[in-house]
Amino acid sequence: MITVGIVGGSGYTGGELLRLLLFHPHVEVTQITSRSEAGHFVHTVHPNLRGVTQLQFIHPDALQPCDVLFLALPHGTASKVIDHYAALAPTIIDLSADFRLNDPEAYRRWYGETHPAPEWLDRFVYGLPERTRDQLRGAHYASGVGCNATSINLALGPLVQAGWLDQAAIEIKVGSSEGGNQPNAGSHHPVRSGAVRTYSPTGHRHMAEVEMMLGADVPIHFAVTAIEMVRGVHLLAHCMLTERHEEKEVWKLYRAAYNEEPFVRLVRSKTGLHRFPEPRIVAGTNYCDIGFEMDESGDHLVVIAALDNLGKGAAGSAVQCMNLMLNFDECAGLRFPGIYP
Amino acid sequence: MTTATCPECDADVVIPADAMENELISCAECGAELEIISLNPVELDLAPEVEEDWGE
Repeated sequence: MITVGIVGGSGYTGGELLRLLLFHPHVEVTQITSRSEAGHFVHTVHPNLRGVTQLQFIHPDALQPCDVLFLALPHGTASKVIDHYAALAPTIIDLSADFRLNDPEAYRRWYGETHPAPEWLDRFVYGLPERTRDQLRGAHYASGVGCNATSINLALGPLVQAGWLDQAAIEIKVGSSEGGNQPNAGSHHPVRSGAVRTYSPTGHRHMAEVEMMLGADVPIHFAVTAIEMVRGVHLLAHCMLTERHEEKEVWKLYRAAYNEEPFVRLVRSKTGLHRFPEPRIVAGTNYCDIGFEMDESGDHLVVIAALDNLGKGAAGSAVQCMNLMLNFDECAGLRFPGIYP
Repeated sequence: MTTATCPECDADVVIPADAMENELISCAECGAELEIISLNPVELDLAPEVEEDWGE
């Protein structure tokens, strides 16, 4: 068993990490920090964990050395104190955006400030196993992923790699948990409930991760709209292809990319109620479901994807990364389906 | 184990050992309903879909 600490454990991502790690066969979570909740049992903040653990939050200053640290801090926090945490654990997985980009200039452009620890950027491996698996094996530092970026990187990756994609226009619908657990005027129930609120029609920061993974050669545009949903990312991409293809060829392309991937499923069914990916089906899991339909024209492909922003889009991917970094079974602690209905 | 190719998505479809011609089976990957046109050689086709008349 390895000892694991979670820093910033009172947020939604920290809670999801704890839920996953408490059932991981090779992990003992020994400490979880929260400035605001220090001294309280974790189930007072994460009520789904009542009876599962007697852990109490500790103040970050009380953190002791351990084998692995997960950092689930607000963006811009971990990078200012990374040396401190690196002295406490040989393996770190940071779920914020602080170490996702390997280029300090890209960080400045997308996050509007100079990176406080640029010398650390190339020590972190971007934590998307489907694209960086080989680098993650044996690595000591991994970043988390942006949930919206992950939906794009997984949904469009095969098309870009094959040179099929001419351009894509994407609409992403997201749930309220993407906004974190700090309330604001926009998350107030009378305002948020029932909302269909486009909050980022252009220029979303996650585009930086898409460019890093898929390159900037193919024009990819995406807008994000918050809808009445707590967990989930639903991507719908209108993909204009460089040449005409039959849908069977698309099947072949995506099978080749994902048949061996344990957490990517192809969902394009001719029968049943759920013929394309839906966030509800993958809620609480580490799955990303991907489906598609070819327009009659043969060069306009609609790709649909769904994942849980706290699962595959954050904590699930982070645990999958840890498994690779420590040479555990890649699926350990993650091999379960969602609930239905 | 006998397999055939799904005419909808190109997946390998397992043909049951006791399958008969004109039997309907489903593709596990795309869910298409398939008709076994012949067994020797095995040949599949998309099963005819029920036509719905919505009164138009």
